[in-house]
Amino acid sequence: MVADMPANIVQQEQVGPGQYRLTLYAPVIASCAVPGQFVYIRCTGSLDPMLRRPLSIHGVNRRKGEVLFLYQVVGRGTALLAAKRNGEQLAVMGPLGRGFTLPEPGQRVVLVGGGIGVAPLVFLGHELVQRKNQVCLLVGARSAHQLPVGKEGYTAPFELAVATDDGSCGHHGPVTDLLEKILAGEGADMVYACGPRHMLRQTASLLARFGVPGEFSLEERMGCGVGACLSCVCKTAGKGGEPFRYRRVCVEGPVFPADQLVWD
Amino acid sequence: MAKPNLAVNVAGIRMKNPVTTASGTFGFGSEYAPFVDLNRLGAIVVKGITLLPRQGNPPPRIVETPAGILNAIGLQNPGVDHFIEVALPYLRQFDLPVIVNIAGDTVEDYAALAARLDGVPGVAGLEVNISCPNVKKGGLAFGADPDSAAAVVRAVKGATRLPVVVKLSPNVTSIVRLAEAVVEAGADALSMINTLLGMAIDIRRRCPALANVMGGLSGPAIRPVAVRAVWQVYQALKVPIVGMGGIVTAEDALEFIMAGATAVAVGTANFINPRATMDIIDGIERFLVEEGVPDIQELIGAAHM
Ligand SMILES: Cc1cc2nc3c(=O)[nH]c(=O)nc-3n(C[C@H](O)[C@H](O)[C@H](O)COP(=O)(O)OP(=O)(O)OC[C@H]3O[C@@H](n4cnc5c(N)ncnc54)[C@H](O)[C@@H]3O)c2cc1C
Ligand SMILES: Cc1cc2nc3c(=O)[nH]c(=O)nc-3n(C[C@H](O)[C@H](O)[C@H](O)COP(=O)(O)O)c2cc1C
Ligand code: FES
Repeated sequence: MVADMPANIVQQEQVGPGQYRLTLYAPVIASCAVPGQFVYIRCTGSLDPMLRRPLSIHGVNRRKGEVLFLYQVVGRGTALLAAKRNGEQLAVMGPLGRGFTLPEPGQRVVLVGGGIGVAPLVFLGHELVQRKNQVCLLVGARSAHQLPVGKEGYTAPFELAVATDDGSCGHHGPVTDLLEKILAGEGADMVYACGPRHMLRQTASLLARFGVPGEFSLEERMGCGVGACLSCVCKTAGKGGEPFRYRRVCVEGPVFPADQLVWD
Repeated sequence: MAKPNLAVNVAGIRMKNPVTTASGTFGFGSEYAPFVDLNRLGAIVVKGITLLPRQGNPPPRIVETPAGILNAIGLQNPGVDHFIEVALPYLRQFDLPVIVNIAGDTVEDYAALAARLDGVPGVAGLEVNISCPNVKKGGLAFGADPDSAAAVVRAVKGATRLPVVVKLSPNVTSIVRLAEAVVEAGADALSMINTLLGMAIDIRRRCPALANVMGGLSGPAIRPVAVRAVWQVYQALKVPIVGMGGIVTAEDALEFIMAGATAVAVGTANFINPRATMDIIDGIERFLVEEGVPDIQELIGAAHM
């Protein structure tokens, strides 16, 4: 069921430089959301900025009816969102989009998050642990203080490894180095990734090289969030001789099979 | 006061209230069905359709601007046959006039589309898009020149018995001249306005924000331009007008009606509030009750005294 309704802010807390964790009381969304889905949030009551902002679901507490988000302030919309305080209301539409396909129970799964891209993967990780999957989350960031999760003190019920571009925490280099080591060693049955385009492209080529299936959560600029405006398209494999086909991130995605994506 | 009458008639298209959707902002209806009761809409205008499927422009296709958006979708659509086979049967379940927005590269394309849709059950009328700023061939080329606009309208009228609404572009020197030309060529009604040609620059990447460089501006930012266009054309011609451009609230819609629009279309506002059309219908009804106006007809053009 998709809803559009006001949701109360239960908690808004800063977790890093420009990084926030937001908890909303949104029982309808909490009751039916699956990992990989997103919501479309109005950050302000005024008409400038006007559009809503898409945020992935970072976690749900079905018992309490709460939905969690992890977001980075990048522009006006997210800055307005960050200024909202506990008890204020936001209009939220969701859950939207198609989530991750879950692997067979028992399979070994690697999650690869670039920066704030870990947001949907943490929800997925929790779900997978409950399904008795073996889960390893790899997190990459520019430097230690920009790690959205994976800092000391962050507890997750799954294995965690960190990579930073400047070497200030964990592996010194891109997070895909860690993935490559796993794929070349113990291997994985399935890889899920979310993060910047260059990271996803690199992940896609590793998956192709090692013959491992994967799914990526993509971002594109959105208008309606429900498939009506055709703003949010990404290039995917075409059928019968077409070089590619545009698919809508908001309804056919945001999660796509890695081997279906066309990079150019 | 008894319930006011909201029903209007746009060149034979009977609407239970004056509120319809702007082409390209409401898909083929099903996308918004979780949020709105499609049976309550006065009519639906669907996404622009071409003879053959179109891929559209590369992303990014949308960028936000103050109180508006720029879009360059490039008429991505599945083609007229797919529309008739897949989207139309869905819409036929509802008590809802379906107006099909059509676009072509040549006069022949428009005529072929009109012929293909003529007599198809469930199609209540055509909206002829001669004004899309986002496609290189055709589109605006027709909409900017009175002679070619008239040629398109004559061809469409010759190929269909359906009511023909012609959608005008604001990107012209005189919208009244365009309106006169297409009405003389047989247009049964006019809709206005399509988007205004605009552009935004991404200053960090030092390049245009849209992959297509330029795009169409819509949203509250364009409302005064649209109200002016409706006002001028109503003043000059006796033809039903569907007004649109930045309508977000019932008050906005009433501005268009008082400027001379028989019906209004809600576009970009759907993206902000998926229930915008419903809220606008309710708000118009409330306004009529508050003002003691028994029939919406009394307000059409009411500001021209
Ligand atoms: C499905 C999906 C899930 C996302 N999940 C998260 C998340 O969990 N955490 C997080 O921090 N970010 C997430 N993002 C990115 C987030 O939506 C953007 O950072 C945010 O919209 C930027 O808005 P702004 O007003 O701060 O920036 P501005 O640059 O001022 O935004 C201007 C316009 O661009 C759009 N926009 C800008 N960047 C993006 C982008 N990357 N993706 C989509 N639209 C964009 C905005 O919606 C707005 O219309 C997600 C994006 C998508 C598509
Ligand atoms: C994303 C988007 C797609 C559009 N596609 C079409 C289209 O296919 N055909 C058309 O005639 N107009 C199209 N339009 C123009 C709208 O129908 C409308 O004329 C314009 O957006 C002004 O109304 P608004 O400000 O309420 O959105 C589109 C507008 C938007 C924002
Ligand atoms: S945002 Fe409108 S189609 Fe995806």
